[in-house]
Amino acid sequence: MAETLRRGPLVQRHRAAGAKLIGFAGWEMPVQYAGIREEHLAVRTGVGVFDVSHMGEIEVRGRQAPEFLQRLLSGDVRRLAEGEAQYGVLCREDGGILDDEITYRLAEWRFLTVTNAANHERDLDWFRARARSFDVDVVDRRDDFAMLAVQGPEARPLIARLSDGGLPPRMHCCQRTVAGVPALVCGTGYTGEPGVELLVEPARAPELWDALLAAGAAPAGLGARDTLRLEACLPLYGNDLSTERGPIEAGLGWCCAEATGFVGAEAVAAVRAAGPRERLVAFTLQGAGIARAGNPIAGGGVVTSGTYSPCLQRGIGMGYVPVDSAAPDTELEIDVRGTARPAVVRAKPLYRKDA
Amino acid sequence: MANASYPDDLLYHPEHDWARVDGEEATLGITWYAQDSLGEVVFFDPPKVGAQVSKDAAYTEVESVKAVSDVISPLSGEIVAVNETLGDSPETINDDPYGDGWLVRITVADPSEQEALLDAAAYEATLD
Repeated sequence: MAETLRRGPLVQRHRAAGAKLIGFAGWEMPVQYAGIREEHLAVRTGVGVFDVSHMGEIEVRGRQAPEFLQRLLSGDVRRLAEGEAQYGVLCREDGGILDDEITYRLAEWRFLTVTNAANHERDLDWFRARARSFDVDVVDRRDDFAMLAVQGPEARPLIARLSDGGLPPRMHCCQRTVAGVPALVCGTGYTGEPGVELLVEPARAPELWDALLAAGAAPAGLGARDTLRLEACLPLYGNDLSTERGPIEAGLGWCCAEATGFVGAEAVAAVRAAGPRERLVAFTLQGAGIARAGNPIAGGGVVTSGTYSPCLQRGIGMGYVPVDSAAPDTELEIDVRGTARPAVVRAKPLYRKDA
Repeated sequence: MANASYPDDLLYHPEHDWARVDGEEATLGITWYAQDSLGEVVFFDPPKVGAQVSKDAAYTEVESVKAVSDVISPLSGEIVAVNETLGDSPETINDDPYGDGWLVRITVADPSEQEALLDAAAYEATLD
């Protein structure tokens, strides 16, 4: 018997907007409304709004919060100023990735980490188990926030019109009132477009959703979120990131500051020094066909994400290949359910505005 | 097409496939429900003329942005024609699933197999 799905505060709004709802990481979430392609293009050319209330939040507060997070997160938390955001990964001792996350410094001794829905409980356990030797409180804030991502070239102008103050730059956050709703406004996203993410009290999410739609934002579902992030080559935990591989292999060495001594830093440093055996690359299919996660790549690789790109109008994806096959323009052969299909390694991201 | 429709002149397989039997041949395709569940079809790799298809077995795939789906044959026979136009415009399967979005035409090997298929009302009753 299927486990009961968690429902966010916007399920009725999604139904009213014609959404198809699916189970995703234990939540009932909208996968599409008008159609993935149409929603994708709305975000690339205008503005779309995604309900991402399934994302988890963990607050860490206390005088040793910076030192505690420095131990857990791969980035250099000392460089994270109040009102700033930092992307990083959570590693095991062996360097395997437990989650990727964005942490906002809300105040000198208050931080909010946004987790992936499927990993939230495990992250929380990981935080709590290591909090005992620090003067910190680890607070599960998942039920305190709904999250709306407003993305696209028109996203920031739209939010600016509804906001009581200026918007934070990219990778910054600030408290504002948007359409009358108090919101933590974050200059972050997962689409490769400018935009913001809004963290609000769940009870206020429906009125904010209504105001965003009235202002012209197109509802966009998890389907378009996946095609957009893959064109932008943003990795997805559970597909491109897992405990089986480390951040260097995944191309996330830029967000790892091993000198800080975070859990897993030694393993990450060793891979960085020796060079990884494989790398996460982006590819496009040469002709027809769409590679999917799990398809083998000849020569010892594997596709971890694959879809159809509405902008490039062909199959695209990411996968791990041996380092000698990782350079752009390298030709690959992908076994798509028994048919060998040619593909080419491409520089990331696969989609650029001016391309 | 935007609204669900299940024409009365077709036979239906519960795996969301239809057959239009015309004498010794039948045209096959996927139902409105199937294309709606898949979403926008972006790829159809047509099977080969001359290939054998078996009732209840997959004979080709249609692929949408989000997923690939096997297409089940409602009847057994040999493929005598494939809809080549779908290679360039697979979205026709969404736009006109019972007309220009047909997939293949087959010879009917065993007319008695049709008895196991559903009429439009019975098929619709299987949908939630």
